Amino acid sequence: MDMPRSDVRPVEFDTFSTPKHLSHASEQARARNYQDFLIVDVDSHHYENESYAEVFEYIENPVMRRDAIDSGGRSTGFLNTQVGGQSMAGRIVRNKGRRLDKPRVSKHRDIGMTLDWMDAMGVDYACLFPTPMLFLSAHPVPEVEAAMAQAYNRWLCERILAHEPRIVSMLYLPFNDPEAAYKTVKEFGDKKGVVGFMVTSPRYKPVHDNAFIKTYALIEEMGKVLSFHAAYNWDDRALGMCNRFIAAHALGFMWFNMVHMTNWVVNGLPERFPKLKVMWIESGLTWAYSLMQRLDHSYLMRTSDCPQLKRKPSEYMREMYYSTQPMEMPDDKTLLEATFKQIKAETQLLWSSDYPHWDFDLPSTIYDLPFLNEQSKRNILGGTAAKLFNLDAKPVKKIP
Amino acid sequence: MAEWLVGKASDIKDGDRKVVTAGKREIGVFHKDGAFYAYSNTCLHQGGPACEGVMIANVIDIINPDRTYEGQTFGDKTHFVCPWHGWEYDLKTGEMVGDRKQKLRKYEVLKRGDDIYVVA
Repeated sequence: MDMPRSDVRPVEFDTFSTPKHLSHASEQARARNYQDFLIVDVDSHHYENESYAEVFEYIENPVMRRDAIDSGGRSTGFLNTQVGGQSMAGRIVRNKGRRLDKPRVSKHRDIGMTLDWMDAMGVDYACLFPTPMLFLSAHPVPEVEAAMAQAYNRWLCERILAHEPRIVSMLYLPFNDPEAAYKTVKEFGDKKGVVGFMVTSPRYKPVHDNAFIKTYALIEEMGKVLSFHAAYNWDDRALGMCNRFIAAHALGFMWFNMVHMTNWVVNGLPERFPKLKVMWIESGLTWAYSLMQRLDHSYLMRTSDCPQLKRKPSEYMREMYYSTQPMEMPDDKTLLEATFKQIKAETQLLWSSDYPHWDFDLPSTIYDLPFLNEQSKRNILGGTAAKLFNLDAKPVKKIP
Repeated sequence: MAEWLVGKASDIKDGDRKVVTAGKREIGVFHKDGAFYAYSNTCLHQGGPACEGVMIANVIDIINPDRTYEGQTFGDKTHFVCPWHGWEYDLKTGEMVGDRKQKLRKYEVLKRGDDIYVVA
């Protein structure tokens, strides 16, 4: 009896290749003809700790440089870290597997690794952020945050952004030192691939502090984006009540951005910086929808608390930008549709993957939504980001 | 429906699995505790290779008779985990353990002599 021929392969854990790991994403990209779609990822990551030997050499202060190099990037030493099972006890295999990966492009390893997943997913441009440094805001020594920020930003500009036009970044702002934050914008604002500046959200200096005003003014004048990238801080007193990572993560990634957004609006910063492009990253979408209603409700009774506002809080929030991931997927899709409407998704929402982190999203999370028309899909997947970051709108990826 | 040759049963060690391309479908064929199971290799979440991640026992919270919490341990069920995002599936049923209404498509596995076939 003739049998159809089947291809049979083993599942191996002692090899790893990004194109293979993401081969189903490439299938999606081909099936949906992403080659014809500009796709910009506004929030992706690399593991800068894998390049600490290079980054530490950029630390200007000789004492801190020595301290950092001596620590060798260990989790105890020069830099702080956070407890948290990002790899889910090995269930997310790429965290360990990436060490075995052999990127196709022979530039810096971070460039090669990034281009591999970008092409596999169908992404043309990616805005790259660090990973462990998302927690640097909780470092007890502000000088270390400032020194590491400057070193990392220089390293990123010289070693990565200068050599790969498909990778851009919003540089790390050392927000615990307002003067250092201002100098960061001054020094790096016109560097190749710098499309804005990023504040990691778990921190305790309020965004309305007068110390930050000149930095906002400078970013606005440069036409760059100011973004707030969510993260958790399990040492936060409220989150410290959570005993499981799922709780600290789910709440933490909304909590700090909710605080910053609320302060941003009620202190009238949108009125003081009407042309400043503000983006909220990696808090999902429902927090914004909820906060709009909450603030509007209180505002109408307490306008004297925020006299700079000329409109309801939600109207200012609807003029800001939001990244998609981790996009909530309610069973009832009308709830998601309402959320999109509420945040004015077709002009204010930008797709993000967060790859290679554990809860990344593919472009299909947007492409497959039944309630979006083609133009909205094109805007969210890349068109809006291209305008915001001043990128060429022609797709340049090579889907394998 | 056709029968697709997976290989010799002895080539799939207990606790291991193979991925079979059957026409346009990818199917994961598992061997565990003497039994074979076959499921679609496309995760119900975002389409990841659901059958290509780790196999791991279920985690359970230990709750005492007085309803206080004692800690955690592994249970006696086997899950396979999508390596993209960690969606876990029950090896015996293909149910997504966080929402058992969702199931991976299950395929029949035939054994003829030492040869294993999947029907798809």
